[in-house]
Amino acid sequence: MLTRENTVNLLAAVLLLAAPLAANAFGQPFYVTLATRIAILALAALGLNLALGLGGLVSFGHAAFFGIGGYAAGILSSHALSYEPMIFGLPGTVQMPIIWIVAVIAAGLVALAIGAISLRTSGVYFIMITLAFAQMVYYFAISWPAYGGEDGLSILVRNQFPGINTMKPLSFFFVSYVVLLVGIGLFSLIRASRFGAALQAARQNETRVATVGIHPYRIRLTGFVISAMITALAGALYADLNRFVSPSMLSWHMSGELIVLIILGGTGRLFGPLAGAALYVAFEFALGGLTERWQFFLGLILLGVVLFARGGLLGLLAGKARHG
Amino acid sequence: MVEPVLQIDNLVKNFAALRATDGVSLDLRPGEIHALIGPNGAGKSTLIHQICGTLRQDSGTIRFAGEDIGTLNTAERAQRGLGRTFQVSSLAPEFSALRNVMLAVQAKQGSSFGFFRPVMRDASLVDPAMAILERVGLADRARLPAAELSHGERRQLEIAMALALQSKAFLLDEPMAGMGPEGSKRLTGFLDTLRREAPILLVEHDMDAVFALADRISVLVYGKVIATGTVDEIRNNSTVRTAYLGDHA
Repeated sequence: MLTRENTVNLLAAVLLLAAPLAANAFGQPFYVTLATRIAILALAALGLNLALGLGGLVSFGHAAFFGIGGYAAGILSSHALSYEPMIFGLPGTVQMPIIWIVAVIAAGLVALAIGAISLRTSGVYFIMITLAFAQMVYYFAISWPAYGGEDGLSILVRNQFPGINTMKPLSFFFVSYVVLLVGIGLFSLIRASRFGAALQAARQNETRVATVGIHPYRIRLTGFVISAMITALAGALYADLNRFVSPSMLSWHMSGELIVLIILGGTGRLFGPLAGAALYVAFEFALGGLTERWQFFLGLILLGVVLFARGGLLGLLAGKARHG
Repeated sequence: MVEPVLQIDNLVKNFAALRATDGVSLDLRPGEIHALIGPNGAGKSTLIHQICGTLRQDSGTIRFAGEDIGTLNTAERAQRGLGRTFQVSSLAPEFSALRNVMLAVQAKQGSSFGFFRPVMRDASLVDPAMAILERVGLADRARLPAAELSHGERRQLEIAMALALQSKAFLLDEPMAGMGPEGSKRLTGFLDTLRREAPILLVEHDMDAVFALADRISVLVYGKVIATGTVDEIRNNSTVRTAYLGDHA
């Protein structure tokens, strides 16, 4: 059965696939790159949406996980290309699947540490403490000369995916698109699961969750870690898209941008991050060509969304969110 | 004598200079409804908070089902079978009535770390939850978000959740509050059957309900239990009359 929201979602997924296909057919690879950027940012925001949308955990530090994913790609490939072993004599790699696993595990471990401390607070304190941790990671990256420090680290040749020529823009788009769809599927499963029920209930009423005998802290920490892992995967893809990773991926601007994407698209909605990312990138492109101050206009739109369309773009298109 | 399900001994809780709980001892025996009454500010809520673990006592012990639970957190006490309702309804407002009860069923089963199976297609959650909603008379409201239920229905839903936990004791914090006379009467009838399930510690201002239901009554004034006894004993207790009941009794 197709509800209105499912129709909108399906349309969004088809559009995101059709646009780069058409662009490629007309010999406009730039638009393929734009669509890839949308897919990857959507995946990053999808990760944050698990913590923020489902769990109500307003993390202002998800850039840390995005950047860790990016640095995983950059560091592994730089070692592979220079044939210099890393610590413990481990070799680098240019294989995306391995890079992704490393990115996800590394970010998961960092998220476990950050979350274990941050989740003892809530509200504004949680926002501030996640921001503080992310800034620590940011300054760590800046002051680490081995991997470019402030200048960042170039990925000379885009990493590889078995059987696919990732140097072709459309092929790399397909990789990113499929990963995004898998991410959305995973999000959907988790949201409908027992864990998802507990996570969403903890957002709505923490005391209630505790009085039925579920530990809100453990549920939230698990949610925070899964959320960070998805965002890190997006970070690895993002580094490969730009063939460059720098501390700016770790900066608090990035954390803010991810939150903006979610609010634009619709908090907690399955396709909210994609809608938000599409809107954001389209804006950046359309207005960015006219004025350097395009973010001023983005700010106005954000203001409009917060004041008049709380459900974001998806709320406008698909109506209010429903819980079964 | 039968061992009490819940036994509180010499509980003390201070807020700065205020002694909100002043050496309270009381117990809850199998099959009984023990009402806790007292004027506003007597420390009833503070006491409930300590029993549930949302506040930690300064001294004294709380034993539940033969175990000292005084140092456990709220979730751990709930897992041991302490079911409570709140003075102001406390539910997951966006979730339907059914999903609220399913959350309790899921908690009772002890498994909230399933990530892939949709709860709405999990008969081991939906069926028991539906059965309980039928029992409390909310079956036809099952799909409505908790926020859209009437005040009385939200109270019923809270009791449904406590039932789903198969609690060994119920802690009901003013279940009659805000209910109309008709609703109060219905709820009184329901609570009367509930005591067969597990004993109830009932905090309540509605004296008609208290006198109709309670096997024993404890009167809390300024953080102290000034009397405990049967309905008649409390009605005829002169200290209680001056301190609290006034003309009502």
